[in-house]
Amino acid sequence: MKVLLFLAFLVFSSVFPTGYQPGDVATDFKLQSTDGKMVSMADYPEAKGFIIVFTCNHCPFAVKYEDRINALAQKYVSKGYVLLAINPNDPEVQPADSFEKMKVRAVEKSFAFPYLFDEEQKIFPQYGATKTPHVFLLDNKRVVKYIGAIDDNVEDADAVSQNYLENAIAALERGQNPEPNITKAIGCSIKVKK
Amino acid sequence: MTIMHRFLVLILFFYGSIQNMKSQSLQIFETFDALETYIKESQETTYVINFWATWCGPCVKELPYFEEVNNKLKYRNVKVLLVSLDFLNQIDSHLIPFIKKSSIASEVWLMKDRKYDTWIEKVDPSWTGAIPATLVVKGESRVFKEGEFHSEEEIFKFLASYITN
Repeated sequence: MKVLLFLAFLVFSSVFPTGYQPGDVATDFKLQSTDGKMVSMADYPEAKGFIIVFTCNHCPFAVKYEDRINALAQKYVSKGYVLLAINPNDPEVQPADSFEKMKVRAVEKSFAFPYLFDEEQKIFPQYGATKTPHVFLLDNKRVVKYIGAIDDNVEDADAVSQNYLENAIAALERGQNPEPNITKAIGCSIKVKK
Repeated sequence: MTIMHRFLVLILFFYGSIQNMKSQSLQIFETFDALETYIKESQETTYVINFWATWCGPCVKELPYFEEVNNKLKYRNVKVLLVSLDFLNQIDSHLIPFIKKSSIASEVWLMKDRKYDTWIEKVDPSWTGAIPATLVVKGESRVFKEGEFHSEEEIFKFLASYITN
């Protein structure tokens, strides 16, 4: 079975090297969280949807969004949505993104969500994440509904005019497809193992 | 102090001023359209537009390669534009001191247009927004690369097919 999955992954990743588009079914994963647990989406059978955020410690763009990500996790958990943050970076390339430093950050900032480590760097390429932060909103069947930025103002949370992610969740709640379902923003490139 | 000494001091003084003059001051694009307009000024020029920020490690690392491009290819109508996406509240504290310290000779521009979703796609549809990223424009032809260059050789190879005249 494992071999089959691996072959499927190889075929899939060579045919679709650019990652998911809205409408695709996202892969589940089993990644270690900073509190020591292995976490999968399957652990949340009651979830109405998943907010997958590729983010990290070091990237100033990601840092600007830390508090907003934490607030989103707290706000939407009560509505049945699970936010999972994944650090995709290789700590040999960016030492600030080591698992040990992730643990420190999670405690310091009192993260209200699991902070996972894509240690083998096998998950982010399947999603097509290229930068931090990079958000994927999935419904309860893991169908990708929205890809992109959290909002339209990284520098000033008070000056945001478009809450892309929250609008997308609201559309999901209404049973509609988000519009826009893809947005683009600047971010730090994912640090790939050399 | 001999006359010779004075002469040497004078030469060093002038050399120093020239070195200082070489580093560029910061220019500003208020909108993405302003950048588009600027690069339409000359159909003969190859514009090498690098999107970067002082907070981006790989960007800072590859800047010297762009400086080499600007320096070595200026007589072949190649112009490097270093377009900074530094946070607007870090211009005086980070960007301007960085430009001075590194005495960058290429043109440095601050892109003030932060409605990224309105213009990232216009740079190139394939750009996801990760920096560094580089766009080369000559007249109507364009080529784009997301990601960093690892050597001077790599960037010259990348440019070679576009600088034929």
